[in-house]
Amino acid sequence: MDRLQQARDFMQALPHARALGMVLQDMGAGRAVVTMDYDARFIGDPVTGVLHGGAISALMDTASGASVMSHPEAPASTATLDLRIDYMRPATPRQRITARAECYHVTRSVAFIRVTATDHDETRPVATGTATFTLERPIP
Amino acid sequence: MNRPKPEPVHVIKSRREAALSWLTGGVPYIQYLGIQFDRRGDELTAVLPFDDKLIGNPMLPALHGGVTAAFLEVTAIIELAWSTLWEDMEAGRIDPAKLAESQFPALPKTIDFTVDYLRTGLPRDAYARARVNRFGRRYASVHVEAWQDNRERPFALGSVHFLMPPPPGAPAE
Repeated sequence: MDRLQQARDFMQALPHARALGMVLQDMGAGRAVVTMDYDARFIGDPVTGVLHGGAISALMDTASGASVMSHPEAPASTATLDLRIDYMRPATPRQRITARAECYHVTRSVAFIRVTATDHDETRPVATGTATFTLERPIP
Repeated sequence: MNRPKPEPVHVIKSRREAALSWLTGGVPYIQYLGIQFDRRGDELTAVLPFDDKLIGNPMLPALHGGVTAAFLEVTAIIELAWSTLWEDMEAGRIDPAKLAESQFPALPKTIDFTVDYLRTGLPRDAYARARVNRFGRRYASVHVEAWQDNRERPFALGSVHFLMPPPPGAPAE
């Protein structure tokens, strides 16, 4: 079984990621791409049918954590310390959301991440974010 | 002097409860996460009853960081929308009995959102309260805190900026 399949199975084992229908599309070298299909249960604004920001935050948080786990320093585990998200525009209803995260730096105990969420129009992000995660190193 | 008789308490309560459940019951994602709101006067406490689907890391187990973020954001939006609705309701500008047929209110839009994760979210119920620090015509700033067993030991803090919806009848931005 290849590494991506292992990572996909890992994500399927995370109850909330599975509940929101998140799928790991790609992962490696400190980068991760995770998608979430549009679902009427995740609507935040019943008038427009736009997804709730919270569902998009959950997707961006998941992609960020996956990018940390895929970093070449191979952390044993990770957890969110801080997450900041800027919402540029409402996600277009009925479109799948893709979050792309990059863990661009790690120290002994902290990982730094940039993350972007897009709908079908990949030229105009729905949201961008920055995050710091804890980094637990494997016991030698 | 002839003062108007105060309204009976059950009339006041049922009016306020109807307005709150109209506001929170209309948002599918709030229902999906199972978030409820406790009301004491105009003060709201959001309650997130524990459910297995809220788990992020099954090994610990811990609440998903995204659930915590969503819980804070929902609490902040509802607090802001509720404070507007409350004023309109108490001033008699809207009739809660007719809310069911009326257009759902335009909600504030999140501009940016910062979450500070102070400790692991445990697999049990969580609570949150928000405070509106600035309520402007166009922008609002809201602080929100979530805790579990101990009110003095929050597990997450949030700070949210919102773009306020234009007043009814005004041209959209």
